[in-house]
Amino acid sequence: MSLLEIKNLHVEIEDEGKKILNGLTLTIEKGQVAAIMGPNGSGKSTLAYVLAGRPGYAVTEGDILLDGESILDMQPNERAAKGVFLAFQYPVEVPGVATMTFLRTALNAQRKLRGEAEVSTPEFIKLVRERSGELGINQDMLRRGVNVGFSGGEKKRAEILQMAILQPRLAVLDETDSGLDIDALRIVSEGVNRLRSPERSMVVITHYQRLLNYIVPDVVHVLAKGRVVRTGGKELALELEAKGYAQYTDEAA
Amino acid sequence: MADVTPIKTPAEQALAAAYDGARGRLPGQGAIASLRENAFKRFDAQGLPHRRVEEWKYTDLRTLLRDALPLATPPDAQAKATATGSGAVFASLNPRKLVFVDGAFVPEMSDLTPEAGLTIGSMAEALLKGDALVAVHLGKTFESDDAALALNTAMMGDGAVIRIAAGTALARPLQLVNFTATETSNYTRSLIVVEKGAKAVIAETHDGCAAQVNTALELVVGDEAQVDYFKIVATRGIHVGSLLMSVGRNARFDTFVLNQEVGIVRNQSFVRFAGEHSTGAIRGVNLLRGEEHVDNTLLIEHAAAHCAGREQFKSVLDGESHSVFQGKIVVKPGAQKTDSKMMTRALLLSDKAEADNKPELEIFADDVVCGHGATAGALDPTLKFYLMSRGIDEAQAETLLIQAFIGETVEEIPHEGFRDAVMAAALAWLETREVKP
Repeated sequence: MSLLEIKNLHVEIEDEGKKILNGLTLTIEKGQVAAIMGPNGSGKSTLAYVLAGRPGYAVTEGDILLDGESILDMQPNERAAKGVFLAFQYPVEVPGVATMTFLRTALNAQRKLRGEAEVSTPEFIKLVRERSGELGINQDMLRRGVNVGFSGGEKKRAEILQMAILQPRLAVLDETDSGLDIDALRIVSEGVNRLRSPERSMVVITHYQRLLNYIVPDVVHVLAKGRVVRTGGKELALELEAKGYAQYTDEAA
Repeated sequence: MADVTPIKTPAEQALAAAYDGARGRLPGQGAIASLRENAFKRFDAQGLPHRRVEEWKYTDLRTLLRDALPLATPPDAQAKATATGSGAVFASLNPRKLVFVDGAFVPEMSDLTPEAGLTIGSMAEALLKGDALVAVHLGKTFESDDAALALNTAMMGDGAVIRIAAGTALARPLQLVNFTATETSNYTRSLIVVEKGAKAVIAETHDGCAAQVNTALELVVGDEAQVDYFKIVATRGIHVGSLLMSVGRNARFDTFVLNQEVGIVRNQSFVRFAGEHSTGAIRGVNLLRGEEHVDNTLLIEHAAAHCAGREQFKSVLDGESHSVFQGKIVVKPGAQKTDSKMMTRALLLSDKAEADNKPELEIFADDVVCGHGATAGALDPTLKFYLMSRGIDEAQAETLLIQAFIGETVEEIPHEGFRDAVMAAALAWLETREVKP
């Protein structure tokens, strides 16, 4: 069975009634790294939010199955416990909630929902220390409020740290490369690559091919006007970089 | 206009009768008796403060106080027994407790072990027998015509008179434990003088049954003195508290008030920076639900140059609760280089909750930095989604965000023990909050 099956998904923005996804069908296999590329406004971020269960988006048709089970009626936290993780394009700052507290609360909440025992404090501290070291995140940053005062690059690294701690089965990376310089891009990509595993699938959403030099995908899907218009190997990304998205926006129009 | 005699409400009539009936028994003769008499005249002329009095616009005491409860009688053994666990919120700090039940000092429940530089007495006794400290300071720390304060001065029965001698650093925090065992009214008045270079940590707690409490504290902060003052109001009924402060040179003070599980509360602080180069912070947090009503009103007077003031109040409002913040900063002529900032924020968890914020600046000096800000809003859905997307359920996500909201102010409390105690009290409130789907 595929890990994720998106079937004929139609999605509108609730208050505006504006249709964003228009019969999107997509399958992600276990252990697969799939890149989703597409022009601005093609529905890439909406897809990421709908997978994570952000309020404000109405699914009018179709389904999303994780391990064959529909997740549409699940709250974002229930999806997280099932293994869905969204690395935000713009990670938010949560002043007053220390990163350590936040991570520990999140990890234990997920474990509780899965019927697993809580992580002990020494175990947790050791885990965070190891993973944060790999990502060049110092302990002082972890004592601060979540993402508070972090640079754009630090926020993205913190997202990958969260992913490394929470160990999802389906990681959705929404434009993780945006706002990163070359050095930061390398650190973040290395962090992501360390998490590649036959047990973990990734959906890497990006506008540019650049990120895919670092995180090499197994498959590339092109999204336009709210559905997948082409699927190919990693070489498809290079073709898009050379020719642009114009042909797809015209084709889909 | 001047000759119009407003019709007295039943409560005002009852208060006048209570004063008439008690005046012969209230402690103090001579100067004290005339202080009372003049205060009562001031109260009687104004009546209970109401919405057309600008400072009381959002807390119409004339309407809220429908019936004046009878004046408390001295507590009996049973009343004292119920007060045993009162003020436990600060137990971890091992404070020196001074216990007041229904407004009367209870020496046998209080810790009166001697400490060098510390003098403790009861206000009733000081008024009755005469007291040098009271003679010098009482009613003079910050003069105001406020009607509620005038009523306190007229009716003051007991309280604490505390002197912390020059250079003394108190070994333990002082805690004025106020417990109401009966549904009566009481009027406590306390005077604390922290002399030059002395250091004191003072807490005041109010709990017990739904009484009517009108309490006032005169706090004199001497030159170079350092004072931390905390107040927790956790009692139903009507609580009106006046804090009157005078601050000397090169002094530092921090005050914090927490209001939760209350009925109607009015905390009014009158603070004068009387000496140069002093710094002070006045902060507070309200955690409200149901029909609770809390009004924090400040009058900060900068009468000396080079002083810095910080005021920050946060309210979390659920149900049909109501928070009021009124803050007035007055910079007197000559108080140059004043640095005074005021911020108030309200987090509305319900459509029916109400927050009224009214900051005011009155500046008569030309080289000052003064500012104020006010916000009111709901929980940020983006933040909530972010937390939930990591596996945290809705209730816990909201709890974390509310904790973060008040944490910003609580974290500023310089005294670690009180900071922790205040946060623990706030968390206890959060744990009993119902999250609406």
